[in-house]
Amino acid sequence: MEMIKVKDLSFEYIRRDEDGNVESINKAIDSISLEVNKGDFIAVLGANGSGKSTLAKHINAILYPTEGGVWVNGLNTAEDRNLWEIRQTAGMVFQNPDNQIIATVVEEDVGFGPENLGVPTEEIWERVEQSLEAVGMLEFRNSSPNKLSGGQKQRVAIAGIMAMKPQCIVLDEPTAMLDPNGRKEVIATVRELNRRENVTVILITHHMDEVIHADKVFVMERGRVMMEGTPREIFSRVDEIKKYRLDVPQVTELAYELKKAGVDLPDGILTVEELVEAIKRIKSR
Amino acid sequence: MIRDITIGQYYPSNSVLHRLDPRVKLIGTFIFIVSLFMFNTLYGYIVVALFLGAVIKLSKVPFRFIARGMKAIVVLMLFMMFFNLFFTPGNTIFELWIIKVTDNGLRQAVFMGIRLIFLILGSSLMTFTTTPNQLTDGLEKIMRPLNHIKVPVHEISMMMSIALRFIPILLEETDKIMKAQMARGADFESGGVLKRAKSLIPLLVPLFVSAFRRANDLAMAMEARCYRGGDGRTKMKPLRYQGKDYAAYACVLVYFAAVIALGIFGDQLF
Amino acid sequence: MQIIFDKVNYIYSDGTAFSRHAIKDISFTINKGEFIGLIGHTGSGKSTLIQHMNGLIKATDGRIYFNGQDIYEKNYNLRSLRSKVGLVFQYPEHQLFETTVFKDVVFGPANLGLDKLECELRAYEALKMVGIGDDLLDASPFELSGGQKRRVAIAGVLAMRPEVLILDEPTAGLDPRGRDDILEKIAYLHRESGMTIILVTHSMEDIANYADRLFVMNRGELVMQDKAKAVFSHYKELEKMHLAAPQVTYVMNALRDQGFQVSTDATTVEEARKELLGLLQR
Repeated sequence: MEMIKVKDLSFEYIRRDEDGNVESINKAIDSISLEVNKGDFIAVLGANGSGKSTLAKHINAILYPTEGGVWVNGLNTAEDRNLWEIRQTAGMVFQNPDNQIIATVVEEDVGFGPENLGVPTEEIWERVEQSLEAVGMLEFRNSSPNKLSGGQKQRVAIAGIMAMKPQCIVLDEPTAMLDPNGRKEVIATVRELNRRENVTVILITHHMDEVIHADKVFVMERGRVMMEGTPREIFSRVDEIKKYRLDVPQVTELAYELKKAGVDLPDGILTVEELVEAIKRIKSR
Repeated sequence: MIRDITIGQYYPSNSVLHRLDPRVKLIGTFIFIVSLFMFNTLYGYIVVALFLGAVIKLSKVPFRFIARGMKAIVVLMLFMMFFNLFFTPGNTIFELWIIKVTDNGLRQAVFMGIRLIFLILGSSLMTFTTTPNQLTDGLEKIMRPLNHIKVPVHEISMMMSIALRFIPILLEETDKIMKAQMARGADFESGGVLKRAKSLIPLLVPLFVSAFRRANDLAMAMEARCYRGGDGRTKMKPLRYQGKDYAAYACVLVYFAAVIALGIFGDQLF
Repeated sequence: MQIIFDKVNYIYSDGTAFSRHAIKDISFTINKGEFIGLIGHTGSGKSTLIQHMNGLIKATDGRIYFNGQDIYEKNYNLRSLRSKVGLVFQYPEHQLFETTVFKDVVFGPANLGLDKLECELRAYEALKMVGIGDDLLDASPFELSGGQKRRVAIAGVLAMRPEVLILDEPTAGLDPRGRDDILEKIAYLHRESGMTIILVTHSMEDIANYADRLFVMNRGELVMQDKAKAVFSHYKELEKMHLAAPQVTYVMNALRDQGFQVSTDATTVEEARKELLGLLQR
């Protein structure tokens, strides 16, 4: 069954001048349709301004469709009475780690979501403990968020969402402000949650190396989905990806260049090991 | 410079005092402050000093940490002592030009100084042993009756705790923007009042822009985590009085009674 | 234009319980026109180091010479040093404050006390250098896209016509296109004006293309200062410092370990392609 269903979705940012007259209309999303199955790890790629964050905000009912519709676990996001159930079902992690931590102690921040849901005190403690354990931050439960690294802060933010027991997590560029180690940390945590707890993951990013383990990748440009497929399928189309102002991992580009020069390599090489193996095979022929 | 001030800072530990209900500490501190103005005898000062000493001992906050906080208020203290010393009428014991020191003045100055130290020690002991969040929780619960007269108690305490979370972040940001503008040749240090005020614009505008951006982000993140005001909310750390809290109240009351008794009958003891 | 650091140390909150030795015994020489890549794990002391270069932080111990002059000497004019050593902080767009793009860029030169015409000339020139078109000069800096804001902020420093330009992670948070834009603009500046560039970055792939030399910081110490290829050949040590060499370095080393005769020097896709085609045609 599908976790998220997006059908013919369009969204327009309308700018008005001081008198309330329409100044400009910016179509951020242009009739997108897609479905995400339960338990999937989905990545949405796109350059800045491609509409990927706007799409993410629709899943959490922060924005409402101008046209078309979005369903989370069968609930229409346009209906007001579904609002809180949707937000609990599809939790959202944002870009800036500082601006989404509310409390001055890690464990209290993780407890913020369950408190809002009216979960009984004892169960809050259980959930907080489980969630911090799941993201590997239990030992920091009494720390101040200000003392953590960027990657650790994002893991706390993820724990804060996990404590609400969502079926799906939407991560809106969670690594954009992190250093390479923080990025690895966060992506590893998210993959782990996807595998172990079977949480559906929708990862919005412009870092290509973060999506090579996804079940499916969508590439967006100008509010539309331009490419859709497994990472291997997507990464075998290097020229097309570059056209959408994106990049590929260095090793993928290298394999692609070699292939263009006539070397017989398989499509869409994603890791160093794959490339080394492929070259070994050719040399032993 | 701002970071050197330890008044109001939390000192992490696990003492009895740290584990008390914040309401006990808030009310206790209030009673303590009131008690400071209930007596005027030497015995009173001894009782307060003993009580304060015992509480400091219980708090397990190192004396050096407390003393460092006191440094910041030395100026204020000298100021108060100065006024008491020179402007209290009484029998002159020392005179130089227009400066006159009286016996009453001297006594007032010393006792006022000691009282001020007591006051600040007592109230900073509360902040040393209570996290800002506990404080706001305690205030929220104490103020809850005000809800009936339409005071948004929950909202106020939520705002306070968010402010506490973002103060260090904004301080750091101020420092960063200041350095960035200095790298562009900005000068925050020289010139008259007007020039200095004007030189703050390149600092304040980006700071406000950033604060608004953060507020916006935070509001969105709170809503995404199903925040919808205080109704129907449960608490992860609800405030419930326990045995030690009642015991603490009892101690405070005994202390208060002792101070009042000394205030009334103290003179006869001398 | 030469920068010399001689055994520079900096200790935060020296003499208190919170003291932290942020940089330790740093010595190096950077020559005029060099392109230096400064890399290191978060908290390794990179940001503290660069703030010494224009006098925003004063060393606890050690000497710094700029053009042969000791910048800690009594009469040394630190403000004029700041105009010669331009420092672009991380997320520099957070420092924008004026009502128009043009006015914001004028702020720097105006602080140098130059006359109005000269300020405007420099601002205009700086904006051209970073590729901001005439149509945006009167726009509010807050209405630009992320990449544009960043370029305007960099122009704000360039307009002071520094001889050395230091950039602290100028591509952080930008998408691949924005990142390439900025890096190309910096490379262009370096080529055209001969400006000395010091670029702090986390991306080895990026820096491999541009830098003459790499400085590697670890726990407050400058542990390597060498050509990119030489630094990346120590990729195992880099990993211990929570850093990594470019991906192609790993490909070449893995092949070498498997017994293939390849040079492990390659750091860019182009170099690796040539090397591998050579191997495969053998």
